[in-house]
Amino acid sequence: MKITYPHMGHLYIVIRALLTNLGLDVVLPPATSRRTVELGVRHSPEFACFPFKLNMGNYLEAKEMGADTILMAGGVGPCRFGYYAQVQQQILKDLGIEMEMVVLEPPDVSFREVKDKIRYLIGDLSWWQVIKATRFAWCKARAIDTVEEKLLYLRPRVIEPHKLERYFREALQEIDTADNRRAVQQVVRSFLKKSEMMPQHSREPLRVGLVGEIFTVLEPFANYDLEKRLGLLGVDVTRSIWLSAWINEHLLGGLLRIRHECVHDKRLAAPYLNSFVGGHGKETVGCTVGFAQRDYDGVIQLAPLTCMPEIVAHSVFPAISKDYEIPLLTFYLDELSGEAGIQTRLEAFIDLIAAYSRNKEGVL
Amino acid sequence: MVKIGIPRALFYYYYYPLWRAFFNSLGLEVILSPQTNKAILDDGIKTTLSEACLPVKVFFGHAMAVAEQVDYLFVPRITRVEPKAYICPKFMGLPDMLRARLQNLPVLIDTVVDAGREGDSIQCWEDCFQEVGSIFTRDKQLVDSSIKAALQAQGQFKKRLNEGMLLPQALEDIDVAEVAAALQPHLTLKIGLIGHPYNLYDPYISMNLIKKLYTLGVSVVTPESLTDNEIEDKSNKLPKRLFWTLGKRMIGSALNFYQNRRLDGLIYLTSFGCGPEALVEEMVARWAKQRDDLPLMMLTIDEHTGEAGMLTRLEAFTEMIKRRHKV
Repeated sequence: MKITYPHMGHLYIVIRALLTNLGLDVVLPPATSRRTVELGVRHSPEFACFPFKLNMGNYLEAKEMGADTILMAGGVGPCRFGYYAQVQQQILKDLGIEMEMVVLEPPDVSFREVKDKIRYLIGDLSWWQVIKATRFAWCKARAIDTVEEKLLYLRPRVIEPHKLERYFREALQEIDTADNRRAVQQVVRSFLKKSEMMPQHSREPLRVGLVGEIFTVLEPFANYDLEKRLGLLGVDVTRSIWLSAWINEHLLGGLLRIRHECVHDKRLAAPYLNSFVGGHGKETVGCTVGFAQRDYDGVIQLAPLTCMPEIVAHSVFPAISKDYEIPLLTFYLDELSGEAGIQTRLEAFIDLIAAYSRNKEGVL
Repeated sequence: MVKIGIPRALFYYYYYPLWRAFFNSLGLEVILSPQTNKAILDDGIKTTLSEACLPVKVFFGHAMAVAEQVDYLFVPRITRVEPKAYICPKFMGLPDMLRARLQNLPVLIDTVVDAGREGDSIQCWEDCFQEVGSIFTRDKQLVDSSIKAALQAQGQFKKRLNEGMLLPQALEDIDVAEVAAALQPHLTLKIGLIGHPYNLYDPYISMNLIKKLYTLGVSVVTPESLTDNEIEDKSNKLPKRLFWTLGKRMIGSALNFYQNRRLDGLIYLTSFGCGPEALVEEMVARWAKQRDDLPLMMLTIDEHTGEAGMLTRLEAFTEMIKRRHKV
C-alpha cells in the first residue's frame, strides 16, 4: 500500500511522522503549485470551495508518483468538507483512476468505524505502537507551531526578515527529518536561539489578527503567502487557528491543554452570532471580537470563495466593526485571485489601520 | 391586533401553512411580504454581502419589505428539522445576519428549531412553538391547541402536494391559473424539475420557469410530488448519508426521477453561490452522464440572469428532446 494525503500547510510533516512510524509507505504529493491548481480545477465542480480543488490536484499528482491509497478526513456537516471525500471518490472513479480512499470520520460519530479503519491501515501493529507514533507526531505538531509563532512575531521586527525566513525553512526541514523527540526539541531550541539573536528594529509594529477558515489560514499557497506579505509590510500577525490546537480539539477530543491567545475566544461570538454555523464560522466571529477586545489594530478574515460558514461570519462583521471601532478586511480566495490585487488591498488596509490607530491615540 | 411578519422567501415555501395556522389560532395577524419584485431584490442585494447566495439576498429584501408594517418578524433559527441533518449554515445564522446588517427591525422571533440527534420533524416545531407561544400568551391550552391546528394545516398541505398539486396551489394564496395549466395531460413532453422550492416557485427568481415550459408544450413533475419516504429511500442509497436536509431532497428526487420511465428529461435549477448544491449537483450530473436515456440540463440563476438567455436554453433543450424521440 502506497498511501498519500492532501496538503494543508505544514500538516504533511505531522502526518508523515505518524504514518511512517505506523510502518506505512508514504507518497507525499509535491508541494501545491500552479500545476496542482490546474489539475484540480479541471476535474472539480465549478462552485466547490478552493480546498476541494487543491485536494483533487494533490491526489492526481500523488497518483503520478505511484500512490494507490488516499487518507482523508470526513465530517458531519453542515460544512461541505464532510462530503468532500465522497464526491472526490466519484470524480476519480469517472476519470478511471483506481485509488482507494480511506475516510476517517470524526470519532464521536462512530468510534468503532474509526478503529476498524485504523486497524485496516496498520495491519497487525499493536495499539501501543499507535500511541507511540501519535505522541511523536504530536511532538512535531507542537514544534512546528512553536517555531512558526516565533516567525510571525519576529518577521516584522527583525532587520533581515528574509534571513529569518531561511532559518525557518531549515528548521521545518529538520523537524521533518528528525527521527526522535529529542532531536525535534533540539531543532526548536536552536531556531529560537538563533532567531532571537537577530538584530531588530526599535519601532513597535502594528498588530493584526488573522481569522477565518482553517485551510486558507494554514495553507500559504491558498492564501498567497498572506502572513509573509503582512510581515514584510511590518505587521505583527496573530493567528487564531493553530495546527496543534486543531488536532487536539478534533482528533484527540480536547485531551490536552493547549494555550494560545485565542483559545477561549469562541465564547465571545454571542451576541453577534448566537449559533453554531459549521466549519469555523463561530470561531471566526469570536476571535474577531477577542482581537478587538485586546486592542488589535485590525483583523483580516480568510475564506475560500462560497464558504458558507465564513459568509455568515462575514455578514455579522459590520456590527462588530461598529461596536469596537476596529477595521476588518475579508479575502475570499480561489484559483483566480491575482497576487497584485491582494498586495494592493493589503497595503491599502495597512495604511488605513496605521492612520486609524494614530488617530485613536491622538497623535497626528 | 398584534402583527407578525413573515418574509415570503426560503422556508416560507416549506412551512407557511404551519406558521400561519399557528399564529392565526393564537389570535395574531400574519402579514406576508408581497411577491418578489425588482425593488425587493434590489433591497436584498444592497444589504447583503455579494458572496451570499441569491435566496438569502431575496430573503433580506422580503424582510425589509414587511418590516415596517409589523410588530414582530418571524425568523426562526432553523438548524435541524430531522435528526442528524442540517439545513445550511446560512439558515442557522439568518437572524444574526439580519440583526447585523439591517437597522430599525421590529422584534425578531428567532426561536431555535432543532431536532437534535434524537428528535423528529414534528417535535422540533412543537418545541419551537411552545417557546414562541409563551411570548404572546400565558394560556398553555391555547398554545397547545394552536400547535395542533398548525400541524393539522401542515399535514393538509403535505397531502395536497402528494396528490400532485403544485406547491403554489397548495399554499393556497397565489394566483395559480397559469401554473395549474402546466399540469395538463395533453402536453407532449414531461420533464422532471429539480430545485429548491424557494427558487422554483418564486416566479420572479425562476423567471416563470414553469410557465415558460408550459408554453413550450412541456408539463412538469416536481420534487414536492414525491413523498418523504420515497425521497428518504433513494437518498439512503448514497455511500455516505448526506447531512443536508435540502440536499437530500435534491438527490432523492433526482434518483426517483431517474427511475420514472415516463419522463423525457430533467432540469436542475440552482442558484449561484449555493454551497451544498455545488457538491450535490455534481453528483446528480455525474450519475446522469452514466446513462444515455434521460437528458439533464443544469440552469444556474443569479440576480443578473437575462430572461432571453434562459428562454433560448429551454427551447434548445426541449427541441433536442423532441428530435431524440423522432430518431
